[in-house]
Amino acid sequence: MQNFAAEFSHALSLIFTGDSELWAIVLLSLKVSVLAVLISAVIGMPVGAALAVARFPGRRMMIILMNALMGFPPVVVGLLVYLMLSRSGPLGVLELLYTPTAMIIAQMVLVIPIIAALTRQVVEMLAEEYSEQLRSLGVSRLASVPVLLWDARLALVTALLAGFGRAIAEVGAVIIVGGNINHVTRVMTTTIALETSKGNLALALALGAILIGIAIAVNAMVSALALRAEQEGLRHA
Amino acid sequence: MRDLLPEMPSALDVKDLHISRKGKVLLDVCSLSLDGPGPTLILGPNGSGKSLLLRCLHGLISPDRGEVTQDGLPLGAEQKANQAMVFQNPVLLRRSVSANLDFVLKRQGLNRILRKQRITELLAEGGLEDKARQSARSLSGGEAQRLAILRALASEPETLFLDEPTSALDPGATQMIERMVLRASSRGVRIVMVTHDIGQARRLAADIVMMQGGQIVEHGAAKKVLDAPESDASRRYLAGGLVV
Repeated sequence: MQNFAAEFSHALSLIFTGDSELWAIVLLSLKVSVLAVLISAVIGMPVGAALAVARFPGRRMMIILMNALMGFPPVVVGLLVYLMLSRSGPLGVLELLYTPTAMIIAQMVLVIPIIAALTRQVVEMLAEEYSEQLRSLGVSRLASVPVLLWDARLALVTALLAGFGRAIAEVGAVIIVGGNINHVTRVMTTTIALETSKGNLALALALGAILIGIAIAVNAMVSALALRAEQEGLRHA
Repeated sequence: MRDLLPEMPSALDVKDLHISRKGKVLLDVCSLSLDGPGPTLILGPNGSGKSLLLRCLHGLISPDRGEVTQDGLPLGAEQKANQAMVFQNPVLLRRSVSANLDFVLKRQGLNRILRKQRITELLAEGGLEDKARQSARSLSGGEAQRLAILRALASEPETLFLDEPTSALDPGATQMIERMVLRASSRGVRIVMVTHDIGQARRLAADIVMMQGGQIVEHGAAKKVLDAPESDASRRYLAGGLVV
């Protein structure tokens, strides 16, 4: 039986003494997930907004598909991205497998549907409310997209944070495409899995505590934004 | 500038306007011409087609058949750009009071200095000077409706449609809205307003369009329609009877 108290104490010392290995892993995790979420937002928000305001054949099908993709198993996403990036895959020539870029791509595949689906939902409800007024002001459907995105900004930040929560907690997909290589692609979740199996609980616990701290901070931000939005009457969804 | 040169507002004409849904006739207007200088009030019970007619006049709803023309021309982008509408429940952008006005002024192509100047004028016109930086969504009902009217007027429309703008307001807030409407009318803006408030029609209207069951039952000078109505429906409605 291991001495958990000693492991906890060691974990705390790793956090508070600024252990370089631990903080390098945290930094890489944040870098990968923040970049994945930002790029996903650039793609997912306009797609979600366009689905909310545009009317075309197959739109309903696309919405169902996008909602279904939100629940896509991460290991399957990891496998698909692996096949795309592997040497014999269509993007093999880019030599991205086992790099942080591959992990960003895998996280993007998981996060884009979340951001796009939440954006569509928020923007569609807002568009319903604004529709007659914007038409009265002479704003076309296309021109209404930036107006709606801006006016739904607080709800959309919530969507971004939800995407970030998914990305930072991801393990299955990133371990497949990243390979969990020390100092290269080792992030918090994959390190926790590895170090736990090796019995190095101190590092795993320290990373786990930081991950929980990030999750709480993200949720606190979501709640604070929702409260502010409600107080200012800016929230719609 | 409209403020300096009040002019006769453009004429609005309706011919053979018809809308039906699931076999029920919602609107059936053979002919209507709005060409007088003062405010036109569309009066009638709920479900009489008042708001539907207003939306057709503004081009928000396309009729099954029939046509709306402005100065003899069909409602196109140019004609619609000269119109503005205020809804029963004001739809304000989730921005500050001044940003709501700035949104319209930017679309007019005004530069920053002119926009700032115009926003100051408009806020003074609506008595909202001290609310400029406040979130528009936090305004009271009366203030929100005043802002909606100011935003509509920001585009300097020839015609302003108002759909029961005071139906949820108290007498004080109603009075402020009515004053704004009369001031806009005196500057040459054609006012077409829906109401079911007979007192409001008496206070504001130059002419009255009386509706029932999707049809116009009477149209004429306000005094004549209110004091000596010709149709039975008008007489019953004005007498305070339950017209359904």
